[in-house]
Amino acid sequence: MSPQPPASAAALRARAETAGLHLPGLILAAEQLAAQVSPGAHGLRRAGPGEDFWQYRPASAGDGMRAIDWRRSARSDQDFVRDREAQTAQTAAIWVSGGQGMAFSGASDRETKAERARLLALALAMLMLRGGERVGLLGQRARSGRLQAERLAEALVAAPAAQADFDAPDAGALRPRQRVVLIADFLARPDWLPGFLAQAAGLGTTGVILQLLDPDEESFPYHGAVLFRSQSGALRHESRDAGALRGAYLARLAERRDWLAAQAGAAGWRYVHASTGDLPADSLTELWQMMGR
Amino acid sequence: MLLLGPIGFAAPWVLAALVALPVLWVILRAIPPAPQRITFPGVALLAGLADRSTTARRTPWWLLLIRLLAVAALILAFAGPVWRPVPLLPASGPLLVVMDAGWGAAPDWPARQARAERALTEAAGAGRRAALLMADGRDGAQPLRFQPADSLMARLRGAGPGGFPSALPDDPGPALSDLPPGRLSVLWLSDGQDHPNRARWFQALAERGDVTVVPPARPLNALTLEPGPDAPVLRLHGEGAAVLAIGPDPQGIERELARLIPGEAEAGSRLVALDLPPEQRNRVTRFQIEGASHAGAVVLADDSVRRRKVALVGDLAGQAEGQQLLSPAHYVRQALAPSADLIEGGLGDVLDAAPDVVILIDQVQLAEIGELAEWVDRGGLLIRFAGPRMAGSDRLTEELLLPVPLRQGGRDIGGALSWGDPRGLAPFARDGVFGGLTPPDDVTVRAQLMAQPGPDLASRTIATLSDMTPLVTRDRFGQGQVVLFHVSANPEWSNLPLSGLFVEMLTRLVATARSAPATESDPREAPFWTPQSVLDGFGRALPPEGLSPVAAEDLARGPAHDRPAGIYAAGERVQALNAGAPLAPAEWPGARIEDAGAGQGLGLRGPLLALAALLMVLDALASAFAARGGRVAAALLAGLILTAPPPAQAQDLDPDLMRAAAEVALAYVVTGDPEVDRASERGLWGLSLALRQRSSVEPGRPIGVDLESDDLSLLTFLYWPVTDSQPAPGPRAYLRLNAFLRSGGMILFDTRDGDLAGVGGPDMSGALRRLAAPLDIPPLAPVPEDHVLTRTFYLLADFPGRWQGNPVWVEAPPVGAEIQAGMPFRQLNDGVSPVVIGGNSWAEAWAIDDNGAPLYPIGRGWEGERQREMAYRFGINLIMYVLTGNYKSDQVHVPELLERLRTEEIPSR
Repeated sequence: MSPQPPASAAALRARAETAGLHLPGLILAAEQLAAQVSPGAHGLRRAGPGEDFWQYRPASAGDGMRAIDWRRSARSDQDFVRDREAQTAQTAAIWVSGGQGMAFSGASDRETKAERARLLALALAMLMLRGGERVGLLGQRARSGRLQAERLAEALVAAPAAQADFDAPDAGALRPRQRVVLIADFLARPDWLPGFLAQAAGLGTTGVILQLLDPDEESFPYHGAVLFRSQSGALRHESRDAGALRGAYLARLAERRDWLAAQAGAAGWRYVHASTGDLPADSLTELWQMMGR
Repeated sequence: MLLLGPIGFAAPWVLAALVALPVLWVILRAIPPAPQRITFPGVALLAGLADRSTTARRTPWWLLLIRLLAVAALILAFAGPVWRPVPLLPASGPLLVVMDAGWGAAPDWPARQARAERALTEAAGAGRRAALLMADGRDGAQPLRFQPADSLMARLRGAGPGGFPSALPDDPGPALSDLPPGRLSVLWLSDGQDHPNRARWFQALAERGDVTVVPPARPLNALTLEPGPDAPVLRLHGEGAAVLAIGPDPQGIERELARLIPGEAEAGSRLVALDLPPEQRNRVTRFQIEGASHAGAVVLADDSVRRRKVALVGDLAGQAEGQQLLSPAHYVRQALAPSADLIEGGLGDVLDAAPDVVILIDQVQLAEIGELAEWVDRGGLLIRFAGPRMAGSDRLTEELLLPVPLRQGGRDIGGALSWGDPRGLAPFARDGVFGGLTPPDDVTVRAQLMAQPGPDLASRTIATLSDMTPLVTRDRFGQGQVVLFHVSANPEWSNLPLSGLFVEMLTRLVATARSAPATESDPREAPFWTPQSVLDGFGRALPPEGLSPVAAEDLARGPAHDRPAGIYAAGERVQALNAGAPLAPAEWPGARIEDAGAGQGLGLRGPLLALAALLMVLDALASAFAARGGRVAAALLAGLILTAPPPAQAQDLDPDLMRAAAEVALAYVVTGDPEVDRASERGLWGLSLALRQRSSVEPGRPIGVDLESDDLSLLTFLYWPVTDSQPAPGPRAYLRLNAFLRSGGMILFDTRDGDLAGVGGPDMSGALRRLAAPLDIPPLAPVPEDHVLTRTFYLLADFPGRWQGNPVWVEAPPVGAEIQAGMPFRQLNDGVSPVVIGGNSWAEAWAIDDNGAPLYPIGRGWEGERQREMAYRFGINLIMYVLTGNYKSDQVHVPELLERLRTEEIPSR
């Protein structure tokens, strides 16, 4: 993976396309599409608004003159109407944490978590767009089509960074029957998460929680006298013997993961964790599989 | 200044800071090392975790020690420590600084100046008045003026040692008549040599105050020239490994001609024999002790060392042309001309020219014999040759100035009317003047003058015939000597003058002549000597500025401030005045002798500061090690080591390329195609042979050049056969090629295809374009008719190789060149075409095998051979073009070329 951070939306998009090149287009599970309100690219095996041919049926009262397919009608004495297959699209919303802590990278040749998160978010969005879904950032309007990938890339790059180390998504932006993807490091205890998930469950919205960490955050390779400080400087911890803290830190991290998995499972969500040390394609594949279920 | 044992401190109060060291120790110990600051988002997970081990980490004791040592070194350094400082002079009363300003002071003059300056600075600081007395013979006649010490600095800095011995006026009285009150303190910077009035001055000064003497740091040495028994010799006084003979070499460049090793020591001095070939000795301008830089170590070579002036007296003229070989003078002249200056004329005339040697050829009963005897008595060397006139003289027994009495008549051996055979020469005595020479077997003597038998005869004979009759005899007259050859100087009596032995014998004899026999100085004749070139105290030759001519009697008294060592001339005569003199160490009874070696004392500040810096670097490394582990420390250390410059590597040259520079070797580009490379090698060899036979260019064996690796800077001509298979050279190779082209090299590109493609121009379609594109090639044009390539050696109209009729491309002529009326060629200005491009496969036309037979067939029959000849002519023209440029297009040659064009045209009609 090239270490250069995506400086622009175009570069981000190019890398995201590379990462998601080998995955098939996204078709979300059909049973959730049955009652979709908004039409999309999924064939519903019944007549309705759509683009593909479904059937010719005899015109009945109420069918306007414009609805009659004159070519078919000319072959017989009856008037026919061309029905198209009803199609709907899934709507997906992606949220990427803009906390200061995301701007961390444990090594100079490794990209930051924020960069990786943007990359994964855009790749995922492009895969879904290829499948005909409507994708948007959480709180923004979801659209379909290739142009939306451009808009997403620009929005991801232009997203303002939060002043605090950690931030939370706006639960009010949740819409019914959405698929939601949350990408953050979840290092600070996300007190907002149970409430968010509860509201989502109420709306019938499910999704994936992706915990993205740096390898240094997973292994804690420090020792000696160290003054730890968070990215914004708000949190500090001084240790005379950092090496001795490793065990406790890793235990807390595992506990946090278990808690996240439990919260997700309780709300019908999925929990995935990824590392910036992994190949982006691997992380994307895992995320993809979780989305498809 | 505070003194602690051998160490003094200039600023002792700084040492008080050492008290702070224990405090520093406590503080440093109390403060733990600063923690690393790490940005880490996971800090939220760490909140509330407590360290398991609560012991505060302390700075290790060795790190503390390093820091304290660094601080201590800094404090000590700023306290200005001096190892064995010079004790101060008594700080009251006036100060008199006496500086010996002769050549003896030159070797360490800057140190002397610094010492005097220090004394004056100290005196100025103490407000004492001071005076400066330069012992150069000028100063000291007037009463000394005592002034504020710092006003003397300019004079001190402007002074320099002179090319003469230090000297003081006869009487110290007037100078010391007006001393300021207070006890005088005197600092005498002595050159260690006694000079005439030194003791008197020292006594006078010692009566008036305290005298501190600073002797020279190193013992002096000096070089003098003295007349030896046979030839002048140098005498080296004091130390010195060798004496260098310096003079212009045959190219006229001043350099070391010989290195003379002194002999055994005797009484503090050693003799250095001037063991040089005469031709070399004549070029020597100065002798100098190796490594010494003062006027006393220099002996300037004048007539006494130079070529001997030899006067020839005899029947010099009168021989008709063609009978030169019968003249005895001719043989002597030929033998001596390379190594001596010859004067010819009557005896009275030549004696006026003060010759070193007079050669009398078959002369008896000379009118000026009295003057001649006087001259020999003063040290002249007289060489006489026998001859028919001496043999026929009836008063030979009364002849003066002969080493041995002679019998009247002579002796014929092996003549028609005599018994016996012509006699050969007996071997020379090993210790004689001819020792080491070997007489050739074929030298025989048919006639000689016989000596009267006598008790002295054997001792005066220095060369004999095989029957022990004398051939050369020698005797001393006063300070001079007389040598007699008992044979004539022409081949009439013997064939000795025809042999090389004759030259060597004469050269040896002339070398024994004493230099310029001392003539009584005639005040009317040479009242004044004008300096031509003088030496300063350091032994450097300077033009004589501000010096007036010197009276002869003054010159005889040796150098002084108004007549420094140097070359002086009076009319024709040249004399060297040398500064060197036997060493006479000065005595200083009762004076305080300052140890010159101690000098200013050894300042310790620098080393201490360096030590402190080193300790700080060590501290940084150790801190890094303590804080971050070995990796960072290792990286720091590696950084320090890597910044050290790599050792320089001598550049090695390919012997082949060295050969290319030594003999103009032609070179070809190795293409990798064995057949093409062989054709190139054989072809250039064939061309080289043709060049050797027909021109003065004599190239060696051709050289294959690998463009990727070989240095092209030593080559002049490069043949580049273009093949499709050759990979394009790398960018560095093209850099070298472009440099080669810019520095006057030429590349002959040969596409070898005979323009099969028929494009009528250089085959730019394929390989050539690929290979030559990165080169700096100017615009090209077919060779115009008036190009210099058509006439550098042969007059050519076409440039055939194995193929012919194809245009050859060279740099296009300048646009503005036009044919002028009456001129056959355009005035093309400079600029040899850096490339010649063609497709005629020249190398195959030139190629020959080991037997000299052509390797590749050309054309058919006679026509083909004609074409091969033309190919060779093109090659020769091309090499001439490379080597001489457009010399042949010079308009100077136009008439000649026109003439030759005309003669070539007439037969062709």
